[in-house]
Amino acid sequence: MQGFIRRNPIWSLLIALVVAVLLWLIFAPWTDEMEELLGRKRIFLNAIFGGITLGALYFLVASGFTLIFGLMRNVNLAHGSLYLLGGYIGFEVSERTGSWFLAFPVVFVVVAIVGIILQNQVFRRMEGEELRQTMVTIGLSVVIADLMLWTWGGQSYTIYAPDMLFGPMTLPIISGVRSSGEIIYLKYPAVRMAILFAAIVIGVAMWVVLNKTRLGMLVRAGVDDREMLAASGVRIQYVFLAVFAFGAGLAGMAGIVGGTFQSLSPGEDTRFLLASLVVVIVGGMGSIPGAALGALIIGLSEQLGLVYAPTYSVVFTFLIMAVVLAFRPQGLLGERQ
Amino acid sequence: MKKALIASVSMAALLVPAGAMAQDTVKFGILVALEGAFAEGGADGVRNVELAIEQAGGMAGGKTIEYVVAPTDTTPDTTVRQARKLIEQDGVDIILGPLSGSEGIAMRDYAKTIPEKTVINGISGALETTWVDPAENFFRFNLDGAQWGAGLGSYVVEEKGWTKVATVAADYSFGYTNFLGFAVDFCRSGGEIVERFWVPLGSSDFGGVIAALPDDVDAIYLGVGGTDAINFLNQYSQAGAETNLIGGTIMADQTVLTSRGRAKEALIGTPTSGALAEDNPDPAWQEYVKAYQDAFPEDERFPSPSLFGVGYYVAALAAIDALNEIDGDLSDGQEKFRAALADDPLDTPLGPVSLNENRQASGTVFINEVQEDGAGGLKNVMVGKAENVNQTLGMSMEDFRAMGLPSRDTPDCAALADAG
Repeated sequence: MQGFIRRNPIWSLLIALVVAVLLWLIFAPWTDEMEELLGRKRIFLNAIFGGITLGALYFLVASGFTLIFGLMRNVNLAHGSLYLLGGYIGFEVSERTGSWFLAFPVVFVVVAIVGIILQNQVFRRMEGEELRQTMVTIGLSVVIADLMLWTWGGQSYTIYAPDMLFGPMTLPIISGVRSSGEIIYLKYPAVRMAILFAAIVIGVAMWVVLNKTRLGMLVRAGVDDREMLAASGVRIQYVFLAVFAFGAGLAGMAGIVGGTFQSLSPGEDTRFLLASLVVVIVGGMGSIPGAALGALIIGLSEQLGLVYAPTYSVVFTFLIMAVVLAFRPQGLLGERQ
Repeated sequence: MKKALIASVSMAALLVPAGAMAQDTVKFGILVALEGAFAEGGADGVRNVELAIEQAGGMAGGKTIEYVVAPTDTTPDTTVRQARKLIEQDGVDIILGPLSGSEGIAMRDYAKTIPEKTVINGISGALETTWVDPAENFFRFNLDGAQWGAGLGSYVVEEKGWTKVATVAADYSFGYTNFLGFAVDFCRSGGEIVERFWVPLGSSDFGGVIAALPDDVDAIYLGVGGTDAINFLNQYSQAGAETNLIGGTIMADQTVLTSRGRAKEALIGTPTSGALAEDNPDPAWQEYVKAYQDAFPEDERFPSPSLFGVGYYVAALAAIDALNEIDGDLSDGQEKFRAALADDPLDTPLGPVSLNENRQASGTVFINEVQEDGAGGLKNVMVGKAENVNQTLGMSMEDFRAMGLPSRDTPDCAALADAG
């Protein structure tokens, strides 16, 4: 962080300015002229929060993707299938037991096991052959998608949020002032705040595990130099299995989240695969903070685009990706190989 | 040389009987979306063509009916590619399809390049398809998107007393067209549209739009469908659903009502309008629904035929009916077949349908309301209908043309209210 500021004083200043303006826009009450220029503050706030929660969902999917890539150099194009599979299983669990919360550990374990099978039975057999692995993942994603279509059919599924998270909650942020002088606070769907909170907790936990534990040390060492790590006596296959299982489980849990505030249907797997690809390309392949930053940028651009420029909202995402690829091909927080 | 000779002789041997057989069969190509937001409806379309063929005993005009399914993903370029495959590789005589609006426009243009063949629309509802520069060999036996919206506007003003609405509709041709039908009727009945929101097709996160909806309206008109509709309803109820809803034609279709989960419950009490009413007491409809339910096991179909299904059923019915009338004579570039399609009104499960000079149907629009069915599900209950809705929604050709094509800003509500 400090190193970055020292190296890029102008960029740091610019970023700090943008963040400051954004925070001011969020917390300060808007004057009439501003409302005229930017529309009502409630709309702006909702777009920002919508973007952040959407970013949280993207982060959950993309962090597993980027972790697997970083360690194993394996572009797992079946990652979206794991997301959708997790969502469907989550629907079944929450429907049968009536517990939304129970769905998370169950899905994490089940999808993690699927991930372990994939890694141990498929990818291990073609280690080091990156192109072949990638092609196999495409094939697997088609097979899994068809199996899911067979099992769950083509209709849409939505997972019902528990009653305690249903409906809106009031946030301590001013969204407007009535003519009587009464202050209106922002109302926002409770389930989305919960998801945002959970994503932040998971993100921080991942950072702690990666930076403060022995396993994290092994993973980081593996990202930097796999062969050296293996040569120094670490049983790298176990590290691979753990990382793959964790990444897959995370994608599965993201499926529940996606099914709760969006919906699940055939085709969602490729949509989320594409989203996580864009996120990690923008953020930097193999970097967890990069995935967080990329997810935030893509989520915000989608939501702000939808509200302020609906015609072009689809383009923004790819425009951002193209700009990043043109000027910083390794991604915003990626390291040059 | 010898090899080539043997090859060509055996090729000829293979081709001759196929050519002879072609005399006794007529081949339908079913062009239908089986991927994306309308995949389920598309599958129902295929089922219904099968049903119509089965009911006709597999024969039309003394010929055996064969069919080929060409799946699309609702994008115009895939549709044209698949249509070309149907014509050039599969050698079909008649195309039934497509399913969605922009596909329809692409197929109208493609139809002009195959004047010897005939295209009977599946269920695509873009107004332009048969209104702007229509193709001679493109027939539409379903009402278009604008017609489906007719009747709903006056219903909500007169019966519900909702006169101020905001609208959220899908930003593509069907969204505009269906909205136009509602808006023309609504504005002429004295309603006011406060604000219009257009959302891209396939949007999954509507949080920002939901927040932007104005508070002081009587109802919100929703012109989205499929998974988009489910996503919207889910997020709308999570944000604390507060206002009445009015649904566009695909808002409360079977695809939405049979979705799993409770998002759809936000729809209870919502009036919609469209091509069909499930509980339509008309015997022709009742008979058709029974045939549909008997033909397929319960877990492979919707409880009753979907909008998409009925569209493809009527298209197949029209083709079979015309083929019977001309004894299957498809010579002369299908000249006779097209004349037979165009002449007399066709009796369909939805009542009689007649074609105008643009080969566009006039027929009945049904007004439904979503209610609980008492068994944990939802159903549409017919609350009214508007008969003989024509392509220009009861306006003169000139007035309708002067209003402009459906777009984000057309129709102009205030201008219509003054004229009406």
